[in-house]
Amino acid sequence: MSSNKKYWKSVEELKDSSIVETLKQNEFVQEIPTDEFLGDKETLESSSTSRRDFLKYVGFSTAAASLAACEGPVVKSIPYVVQPDRIIPGVANYYATTIANGFDFASVLVKTREGRPIKIENNTLAATNGHANARVNASVLDLYDNKRVQGPKKGGNAITWSDFDAETTQALNGLKDSGKQIVLLTQTYASPSTSKLVAQFSQKYGNVNHVVYDAVSESAALDAYQAIYGERGLANYDFEKAMTIVSVGADFLGDWQGGGFDAGYSKMRIPTNGKMSRHIQFESNMSLSGANADKRVPLTPSQQKQALAKLHSLLVGGSVSTDLPANIEAAVQKAASQLIKAGSNGVLVTGLQDVNAQTVALEINKKLGSKAFDPKTPIKTRQGNNKAVQTLISDMKSGKVGAIIMSGVNPMYTLPNAKDFAEGLKNTSLSVAFTSKEDETAIVVQYIAAAPHYLESWGDVQFKKGHYALMQPTIRPLFDTRQFQDALLKWNGNDVALNDYIKTTWSDSILNGGSYNKALHDGVFVNESKSILTTEEVEQDETPAGNAARALAASAKGRGVELTLYSKVGMGDGQQANNPWLQEFPDPITRTSWDNYLTVSKSDAKAWGIVNENEATGALNGSYVTLTVKGLESLTVPVIIQPGQAKGSVGLAFGYGRSSESIKPEMQTGKNAFKLYNDFNTVQNVTIELATGMHEFACVQLQNTLMGRGDIIKETTLEVFNTKDKHYWNEVPMVSLNHQETPVTSPDVDLWDSFDRSIGHHFNLSIDLNACTGCGACVIACHAENNVPVVGKEEIRRSRDLHWLRIDRYYSSEDTFAQDDAKKEGFSGLFGDNGSLGGFGELEDPADNPQVAFQPVMCQHCNHAPCETVCPVAATVHGRQGQNHMAYNRCVGTRYCANNCPYKVRRFNWFLYNGNDEFDYHMNNDLGRMVINPDVTVRSRGVMEKCSMCIQKTQKTILDAKRDGRVIKDGEFQTACSAACSNGAMNFGDINDKDSKVAKLLKDDRMYHLLESVGTKPNVQYHTKVRNIKEA
Amino acid sequence: MKKSYQSLEVNSRYNMKQVIHRKLSANFLQLSLIFLLAFSTSLFAQEGDPVEGKKLFRANCASCHKLDGKMTGPALRNVETRLVEEGLDRAWIYAWVKNSSGVIKSGDAYANKIYNEYKGAAMTAFPQFSNTDIDNILAYTAEVKKPVVVETPKGVPVQSGNSNKLILGALALLFALLAIALFLVNKTLRRFADDKGVALAEKTKRTPIWKVFIQNQFLVLVSTIILMLASAYFVYGFFMQVGVNQGYEPVQPIHFSHRIHAGENGVDCKYCHSSARVSKHSGIPSLNVCMNCHKTISNVVDETQAKGLSEYGVNYNSEIEKLYKASGWNVEEQDYTETPSPVKWIQIHKLPDFAYFNHSQHVVVGGIECQTCHGPIEEMEIVSQHAPLTMGWCINCHRETNVKVKDNAYYTKIHEQLSKKYGVENLTAAQMGGLECGKCHY
Repeated sequence: MSSNKKYWKSVEELKDSSIVETLKQNEFVQEIPTDEFLGDKETLESSSTSRRDFLKYVGFSTAAASLAACEGPVVKSIPYVVQPDRIIPGVANYYATTIANGFDFASVLVKTREGRPIKIENNTLAATNGHANARVNASVLDLYDNKRVQGPKKGGNAITWSDFDAETTQALNGLKDSGKQIVLLTQTYASPSTSKLVAQFSQKYGNVNHVVYDAVSESAALDAYQAIYGERGLANYDFEKAMTIVSVGADFLGDWQGGGFDAGYSKMRIPTNGKMSRHIQFESNMSLSGANADKRVPLTPSQQKQALAKLHSLLVGGSVSTDLPANIEAAVQKAASQLIKAGSNGVLVTGLQDVNAQTVALEINKKLGSKAFDPKTPIKTRQGNNKAVQTLISDMKSGKVGAIIMSGVNPMYTLPNAKDFAEGLKNTSLSVAFTSKEDETAIVVQYIAAAPHYLESWGDVQFKKGHYALMQPTIRPLFDTRQFQDALLKWNGNDVALNDYIKTTWSDSILNGGSYNKALHDGVFVNESKSILTTEEVEQDETPAGNAARALAASAKGRGVELTLYSKVGMGDGQQANNPWLQEFPDPITRTSWDNYLTVSKSDAKAWGIVNENEATGALNGSYVTLTVKGLESLTVPVIIQPGQAKGSVGLAFGYGRSSESIKPEMQTGKNAFKLYNDFNTVQNVTIELATGMHEFACVQLQNTLMGRGDIIKETTLEVFNTKDKHYWNEVPMVSLNHQETPVTSPDVDLWDSFDRSIGHHFNLSIDLNACTGCGACVIACHAENNVPVVGKEEIRRSRDLHWLRIDRYYSSEDTFAQDDAKKEGFSGLFGDNGSLGGFGELEDPADNPQVAFQPVMCQHCNHAPCETVCPVAATVHGRQGQNHMAYNRCVGTRYCANNCPYKVRRFNWFLYNGNDEFDYHMNNDLGRMVINPDVTVRSRGVMEKCSMCIQKTQKTILDAKRDGRVIKDGEFQTACSAACSNGAMNFGDINDKDSKVAKLLKDDRMYHLLESVGTKPNVQYHTKVRNIKEA
Repeated sequence: MKKSYQSLEVNSRYNMKQVIHRKLSANFLQLSLIFLLAFSTSLFAQEGDPVEGKKLFRANCASCHKLDGKMTGPALRNVETRLVEEGLDRAWIYAWVKNSSGVIKSGDAYANKIYNEYKGAAMTAFPQFSNTDIDNILAYTAEVKKPVVVETPKGVPVQSGNSNKLILGALALLFALLAIALFLVNKTLRRFADDKGVALAEKTKRTPIWKVFIQNQFLVLVSTIILMLASAYFVYGFFMQVGVNQGYEPVQPIHFSHRIHAGENGVDCKYCHSSARVSKHSGIPSLNVCMNCHKTISNVVDETQAKGLSEYGVNYNSEIEKLYKASGWNVEEQDYTETPSPVKWIQIHKLPDFAYFNHSQHVVVGGIECQTCHGPIEEMEIVSQHAPLTMGWCINCHRETNVKVKDNAYYTKIHEQLSKKYGVENLTAAQMGGLECGKCHY
């Protein structure tokens, strides 16, 4: 049937306008300017190159090019002239050394290949600080940063070290008797030999003032400890000895007091003999510690102070007046009663930057007689003094400072009053910065003294009293650099080499007759006598009980919104901001990378008109707000609505907003929170105003709740775990076979026939959800080991991240996950109060104070893998040892496997990420590529990649055993993630070795497989999370 | 490692022995006469036997001394004459050889001079030498250096080559002349025929063969198919050869002869390629490994040199020079005083980056001979790629090769289990899992 309807595209067409007619006739409205590139007709005709000639040339050059391409490239191979004894090409060497960059202090093993460090591993010989966190794992990439300053500079121009020496020595000598100060402004070195060098420097030049400055200060805790114990240090805690842990605002699984407490904590989180520790957390931001706590109470910083004061009065005595809300008051009461019950098995810690708060904590622990509290071996890795820094700035402004020599600090970035500092710098006659980057401070000083990376340096550290570690170079310095300590030696007129100086220092005062070579080999040395001798002598009487608590309660006056500044697991204090691994590392809590942001509670966000929304692609966008701290300039930051954030409080992370030339434009992300770090207090009163625009986040997890799918993360309570049968709390899914309920693990309901896997090795990776704190060290270790490329913020927004190993974080929708499950089970019908239609929508929404669970997910290496069956080219096949192999050279990139994977662990190379200017990260320059592991293929564009269960490592272990002709012992097999996990959450091994740890873990009651109902038979085990929720 | 080193020494000495001076016996008398005339001072001393002396020299002195040219110690040709010039007699020599440090300690001026000249390297004492032994050695050192009888390489073979070409050329010319002659005869005959009016039989015109071919459609079809199949075969063959560099034989910056080192001298492969035992790389030896031997071997024996010049067109001695230059070795001063410049060898065997190969797995664990993959290296003057190094080639070997499980505790359990499973005593690498993708690709 024909229609008379007339369709028109525009009003003009309807009216039969002439424009439409013209446009119809003329496809290109504008004349294509061919003349511009062809020239006029005459020149074209007079040209000797005719069209035929042109085609001939094109044809010839194409043919020539393709012929030339058939020839293989000539590869040159250049051996050493004299091969060093220790280096065998193709064999890795390991060196024990120590990172001490002022923020992270750890004893590590460095894996080097052909003389270049490629990976950081844990030093298992170290009694303390032997665990590398995510930042330390990533620190190897900082060595190969092409933005490093490559030699000494003066006013932006390169100079020689001899000129530098001559000029600086002259300037220093000139200041000797001028009455002006010579200031050494340094990071915390905690180094015995550096202290000695500084003392000698002071002796030589007189009027030397050594100011130690921590970017993120622990000064209050240091002051409190010093007041009671007479020594500047931080109280040490061993959470392995604590059964009841109460934390008031202390993120002790993060960077609180230098970090490194998680290994001990995790040990007590694994239920053994029916017992595990109980952890109660009072905090405002959702921190790692809060996420792992059995009970988490969100409250603002000022309420935290009151709660702490109240706890003190309940535990130690005395009375304080508080005005806490009833529910919090009750929680505090319960916490106190549990601590009393625990007695010496209890411990209380606080992260409040307030001397009174810290004093109160020390008093409580003392009163409890806490076994976990160890005042005898104070932590030495934070020594900064707020007062000294403030005095220094005023001294500089008033012209009392003649010379300032900085090392390991970046005050122009980390000081809120950087302007005052810059002003003061102008009054000095000599300013030197030892730095590895031309950072914010380096560009305003006279001399940039190029400093080496710690992997190129000598040094020593005293982590804790009596616990020493040595730093040794693992590579010859890449650039013309010099250590601060070397320079001190020069200025002191000492010709001794730094390593000899350290050796002498150690032989004289540390080793106590022990072998220096052994200490250097082990990387660590413990001098027991040191720790016991001094502290007991200097222990003093405490201040009259209750004074501090009353002062604390009195100071707890919250005005307006309270901002808590914190440091992220990925970025720390921001000195590693140019590290693409860390930029792309998703924050364990928000799962957002490449940014910092204000965390705001849901109800506050609603009140202030803040929204978080997802684009059609799923990418997360968020509103901006302007933050103002009285007296400081305001900061406009994007907002993420954070479940668990205490109402009336907000959080913002340090370490972002770097802006100097030393940071690549891609990595100048976020906003500088140090600008609000007034008076070195992490808690600030702010006013918040909604700003215009929406910020684009790079968030890797879009689904935040489990939606009641309890089989992804199985969890139970300690009570149920102890009393009920495992089938009750760790149920195996049932399927129907001939109308009979059959467990899914039964071979009868399997689509596939199983292979015989009893011969040879059969690898399994076990992940204990109780021990995993979500710290993310494994994620970076996996990056380093497997050459995982960095894809950048834009690609992350498109969900094209390439992490082989991710740590999923789930929030409960109700108050607990158990209630989520119950709610889901209770759905009946589509509509109504229990209707599933609205119910699932509600389940998508995390609670105000949700339970949190972390789950590391990598390729599950299914014995009956869905990916393998759909690959059209058999690029992914199963090995006999349990690993799911991925042959990159065979893959044609159909991505069927990724679509068929129930775990979503397969990653696709959408682009060529190495040697591509579009992805200008470490793989795009020769220096950065030095970190690449030569045993693992660098993948090209268009292929799938995924966790290989570190087959290069298992193969190497096997080969070593074959060569030695021996049987492999349990523990020899490791993956990068299991080796990096210091919490004991990840264990790897051979289940055909019946005595191995993983074989036992496989039989453990808590063991389950991810999405067991799918019947994929994975080789990755998970262990049910047990929560100790009983309020004693 | 040590053993092979010794074998190298022995062999090189053996090579040197091969320098037989044919006219030696004939000249012997003449030589003695020259000695008598030249060194009248030594007349009263016992005359030694140069043949015996040579043996002793080779066995005891050659590790530090050469006849001509410095080594650890000074050159020894005509040493006695030189010493006589210094005013030292044979008694001094006896004393020096038997206990040089004693002479130095006695404060002897010349002894100390020599000692200092050679940077305090004291000469090994030879108390076991009798005076006669020393006489014999001296007699050997006093022999006049023979002009090297190098067999002129451009002798017979060059001539024979020339003559072959000449004969061939002559033959070709002959045939050409014959052809011309025939053509001319034919032409002349035709002319005669024309002149005499003899009518030549005209050829009947036949359809040309190609037309017949085209008209037969079946034939066209069959031949097209054959042609297409053939070209497909060649195209396939061509593409399968892309990236396969079998026979690749690049010219290296230093002409290193595996034939001499591994073949004639029998140096163990793993003496130089030592990392093959422990590493995935076999490793190109660093120059200090070369210098272990070449510190003392600065020249090849004359015969080898001659063979090199004639057969391979290479001057081995100048190649050794290149090594010295690269390692910074100063022959005069016998020390590394020059700036070294690493040698940029051209890699011959190259696997793609996505294939993992480990030498130690094959060499040590598997006990595979180097030659299995690299071919008869000991016969190669210039190394070329022997095997195709394709995946099919790897796989084949894994299918056919048995795993060396004996006396290896690692294999005990798995061998027992797998033998039972497959019902065989000897397991191939494939049965052990050596065909799995992930074993080589990760």
